[in-house]
Amino acid sequence: MSATGETTALQHHFDSMEQQRDTSTLGMWTFVAQEVMFFGGLFTAYLVYRVLHPKAFEIGSAHLDIWLGGINTAVLIASSFTMAMAVWAAQTGRRKQIGHFLVATLILGSVFLGIKAYEYNHKWHEHLVPGSHFALDSPYEDNVELFFCLYFAMTGMHALHMVIGVGLLLWFIVKAYKGRFTPEYSHPVEIFGLYWHFVDIVWIFLFPLLYLLGRH
Amino acid sequence: MSEHIVTPKTYLIILACLVILTVTTVAAAFQDFGDLNNLIAVGIAVTKAALVVLFFMHGKWGSRMVKLAIFGAGLWLVFLLMITWFDYWSRGWMDGAMPF
Repeated sequence: MSATGETTALQHHFDSMEQQRDTSTLGMWTFVAQEVMFFGGLFTAYLVYRVLHPKAFEIGSAHLDIWLGGINTAVLIASSFTMAMAVWAAQTGRRKQIGHFLVATLILGSVFLGIKAYEYNHKWHEHLVPGSHFALDSPYEDNVELFFCLYFAMTGMHALHMVIGVGLLLWFIVKAYKGRFTPEYSHPVEIFGLYWHFVDIVWIFLFPLLYLLGRH
Repeated sequence: MSEHIVTPKTYLIILACLVILTVTTVAAAFQDFGDLNNLIAVGIAVTKAALVVLFFMHGKWGSRMVKLAIFGAGLWLVFLLMITWFDYWSRGWMDGAMPF
């Protein structure tokens, strides 16, 4: 993607802008489908061990902070909204606003990661990080440790996707403020949006499955 | 496929729906509906995901190929989860030890 203007936005191996846009959109959706398979494996591992150890999963879940998880859900949903607005700004030629909405997305994404880091730190001090450091006064200790293995694997992989997203955002923000995105060449923003929204969807499932078990 | 521009108004409505559903799922988690608690939590999550895919990700206006990719990913995930779940859930039934 070395496009510097409308004349060079069309890559030589495509016939038209429309074909280029359709192709890259389908390519990104295929990538997202692959990501569904990747996270699907983690969700399946979660399902199996939850069916086998329902009580331990409830105990583990009760150690997570439902309010921090809830706030993070709202933060991520808001970031998806600002991302969608950045796509709208790109499609309608509001060049400055593209950058502004992407910066808002970056800030919200960073807030999410900040809260996540605080939670991880807290879990470490509570001896809830799996390993030799893990300690819990419960007959279900071993299986609760299993819950936290899954908690850190799933939220950790999600957080890694967020970090990659934030990194890409920085690059997109620079390009946006340089005026590289036009209504004719808006699909890079749209395609990055697909990635960002997908990461949001993963969290939409992680939040109830990890934080909301056995609260009643 | 010409590109479809979704208006900020639509995005705002979807944002509001997602926030309301998040509050609902937290509130529902504190009530005891028995086994229904799980169904409610997953049902709300699926609804939220569908809203994001259809509107934020423009899935509603996607080409047929895009819709096929979305459908294929979802179907594959359902197969993986359901077949594995039924396997583990039904273990031991043949020995006469019913889980319910």
